[in-house]
Parts: sequence; structure tokens; C-alpha cells
Amino acid sequence: MLNENKISRRGLFMKLGIFFNGLVATALAVPVVRFLMSSITRGRAGAYLSWVPLGRVGEFPEGETRLATFRNPYVMPTDGKTVDTACWVRRVEGDQFQIFAVNCAHLGCPVRWFPQSGLFMCPCHGGAYYRDGSRASGPPERGLFEYPHKIENGLVTIQAGELFTPGPSAALTGKNPPCA
Amino acid sequence: MRIISQIGDWFDQRLQLAAPIREVAEHPVPRNTASWFYVFGSAALTVFLLQLVTGILLALIYVPSASEAWSSLQVLNHEVTLGWFIRALHGWGSNFMVAIVLIHMVQVFLFGAYKFPRELTWIVGVFLLLMTLGMAFSGQVLRFDQDAYWGLGIGASIASRVPIAGPVIVKLMLGGPIIAGATLSRFFALHVFVIPGMLIGFVCLHVLMVLKLGINEWPMPGRLVKRATYASEYHELTKKAGAPFVPYAIWKDLFFAAFILLAVAACALYFGPFGPTGRPDPTIIQTVPKPDYFFLWLYALLSLLPPSMETPALLIGPVLVIVGLLLLPFLSGEGEKSWRRRPIAVLTVLLIAITLGTFTHLAGFTPWSPHMSA
Repeated sequence: MLNENKISRRGLFMKLGIFFNGLVATALAVPVVRFLMSSITRGRAGAYLSWVPLGRVGEFPEGETRLATFRNPYVMPTDGKTVDTACWVRRVEGDQFQIFAVNCAHLGCPVRWFPQSGLFMCPCHGGAYYRDGSRASGPPERGLFEYPHKIENGLVTIQAGELFTPGPSAALTGKNPPCA
Repeated sequence: MRIISQIGDWFDQRLQLAAPIREVAEHPVPRNTASWFYVFGSAALTVFLLQLVTGILLALIYVPSASEAWSSLQVLNHEVTLGWFIRALHGWGSNFMVAIVLIHMVQVFLFGAYKFPRELTWIVGVFLLLMTLGMAFSGQVLRFDQDAYWGLGIGASIASRVPIAGPVIVKLMLGGPIIAGATLSRFFALHVFVIPGMLIGFVCLHVLMVLKLGINEWPMPGRLVKRATYASEYHELTKKAGAPFVPYAIWKDLFFAAFILLAVAACALYFGPFGPTGRPDPTIIQTVPKPDYFFLWLYALLSLLPPSMETPALLIGPVLVIVGLLLLPFLSGEGEKSWRRRPIAVLTVLLIAITLGTFTHLAGFTPWSPHMSA
């Protein structure tokens, strides 16, 4: 008869075997999790962001809003056309610019500029914005996203690289979060 | 003939499957469950099998790369013999799948089939519904066109609203900082490996439980479910007064399965495949993105919710619905099964159906947006 309080030799080996598997599984989980999280960790501290030229200042007439395109700075070989990005460039006057993401601040659909009415309008859920990007009406809780920009050697340059999304800060405070 | 039965015997001696299969086929079911109301589960399984087969066929040509997916769909549509038809079968199959799963769920709800002892069958079914919707969304992404591209943007914008973790979830979902190659690849992995694998496992579990616990008896008004007596009452209905599943009940499942397959094929033949719409080129902003029909109600809801309510509704709403569905069998696990004596259940179904129908209808002509050409 086997004493219930006593661990048998085979029982001990089985437990050791389970423990050994657990150890190996934990060790293997580390690279697996790091691999899965790589899209987050790679982009830490703004590593996805770069300064990208849009064109010469002279290409954008004063008082008008024009569509400009640029190539996203972070590219993988299989990305195809998806890295080509559009943005709205508003030259207020002189070197004073506003550069808006095409993505609606509601749910990211591409907003269109209607010069006749002086509004950006979204084809999806009815969001509308004034010419300075501030919210006019519809479901968005904030104005259009703006790229940080600078004029360098006569080139309009923006800091880009990440998809703009409304994010929790926008939803909770209703204020524009710092562009990132 | 003798040689066939000899070969059969040879296999059965090794597999030993004939007896359990016969037992499953001939297990007695309550007589009145051989009804046209009881065919939707098997119909969902049939369409699922169609999706597996047509999905594998599409994978022979489809290229899950952001630079080539769209062109490979054009090849399927225009160059490969009957490629358009296989695409159409898969696309219409997905629409039918969502519809049949929902009808099946409504039937199970109205017939009280989620009550004791079938609570877990219902819970597994809720997960099957979520996986079906996951397949529908990820499949829409694989049709890598403008709608897919901007649909991903909508998904990312919704995910970004999660407090604190939002930005991290977005990067995890997109596989990088923007919607690009890595995004399509991970949705391909989800649509082709992860979710189907889980679906197959959960479907087996679901069917196994239906076989072990028996099909829900036809609900009679006034015949209440009690934990103490249900097993013996059900035993009475099956063992004493029941009829073998094959052929007594299965013929209706077979007819309906064939009818559904025919309907999918007819839609595929007549309406053809879905898209792809324009190239997934984000610089082409002359587009009016729209989801597939099963998500149109959400599209309308997102236009009409007051801005301040949107984030709570998007983040808390689905959790409440899912938790509600999972808790349902525990909140009313006993008692009346018949819908004739459950007015709140009937009204709930009607209210949800009318709400979803109205929103879907509104999404058809988007009165909240000026008409924009695509």
C-alpha cells in the first residue's frame, strides 16, 4: 500500500518534468512576447517620426489650401502604395502655414476641402471643420490633427511618421493633444 | 459488395469509429424537434465548411502583401478561370454566415434553449458569434482596397480611445506606426490561422455539447425547466417517446443546407464578387469608405451618437452586450422556455432587430453627410 503522504519516485519525476517544462516555456515566452511587442517597442521615444519635406513654399499659394503628398519615413519593402500619405497644406500668409492630417479626428476617414464653403468635410460620419482646422460640426470632439512643421531653406517640412488617431486624451479632455 | 464490406471491416477494426458514429446518428431526439425551426445550427456549420473550402481555394492565388494583394484580387476576378465565382462564393458565404448565425441565436434565445443544462453551449455560442464577426471584419481587411484601408483607420481610431493603453493597442493592431504591409500580414494571420483554428475548436465543442446534452425539446407553454427534474423529463421525451436523429430529423437539416448552399451560389452567380473597390492608396482621398452590410448599423450609430457619448458607448457598450449575453443563462437558467410566455424576451428581440434595421437603413443614404463622389 502506498502511503498518501509520501511522494512516489515516479510522482516526483512527473512533477519535476512539469516544472522543467514550465521553466522552458517561460524562457521561450520572453522572445515570443518581445517579437509580438516589437511594433510598440520599436516606436518608443518617437523613433517612427522624421522631418519630411512637402515642397517649396512657393508651390502653395497664399490664402489657399492644397493637398500635398509625402512618403511615410518608416517603410517596409512590402508596403506598396500604403506609405504614400496625403495632407492638407494651408498657407495663411508668408511663412505662416497650417498642415492638417487628412484623417478626420472622429474616426480617421479622409476629409476633403471644399473651398466654395470654406469647410473640410468628412464623407463617413458627417464631421465638418473650418478652414483653420477647428471643429465646425458633427461627431468629432476636436479640430483636425496638425503636423508640427517648419520652413527650412524655402522647403515646407513636417514631422510625420505615425497615423493620427483621436486617442483617449482627446476623448476625455476635448483639447488637442500635443501632436505626435 | 463483399469486398467493400471487407475493406470497411478492415478499417473499422483499426479505427473503431463505426459504433460511435452509429450511436451519434441514431441517438433519439424529441419528436417535435424535427422542425424547420431547428435547421439553422447545421446551416451555419454548412456555410462554415463552404468558407473553409473557398478560403483555401482563394489562398492559392491571393498574395497577402500590401503591395500585391489588390492586384492578386484583380487576377482572381479577371484572369483565373472562375476566380470571380470563388471570390463571390466566399464573400456571399460570409454575409450568409453572419445572418444565419444571428438567426440561429435568436431561435435559441426565443426557444429558451440556453437554459439548464445548456448554459455552456450558449456561452460557447456567444464566442462563436464573436469569432464570426471577427472573421467578417478581418476578411473585409484582406479585400485590401480603399474600404479596407479606411476601415482599418476607423478600427484604429476606435481602439485609440481606450484609456491609457490606446496608443499601444493601435500599434499592436497595425503592426507599426501606420496602416501598411505589416497590418495586412497580421490580419491575414488572424483571418487564416488564428480565428479559424479557434472556430474549429469551438464548433467541435459546441456540437459535442449538443450531442451530449441532447437537442432542446420543443418548448411548451407552462412546462417549466427545473434543475432537479429536467434530466428525467428530457429522458422521457427522448428515450420513451423520441425518434432517431437519422433519418427522422436530419432530412430537414439536409434540405435546408442544400437550399442555403444554392442560395449562396445563386447570389454569387447573379451579383458577383464584392469589389475590390479602388486601390488602397491613401493619397487618393476621393473615396467614400463604407463597411460591409453587417457593420452598416455601427457606421450609422457612429454618425448619430452625440460626441460626448461616443467614447463611452464604443468602449463600454460592447463589453455590456457581451457580458449580458454571457450572463443570460445564469440570470434565467430555469423556468419558462416558450416565447409565448416570455413577452420581454420577444420585445427585446424585436427592439434590437428594429434598431439594427433602422440604423442599417439610414447608413444606406447617409443623411448626415453631403453627397460626395467617390
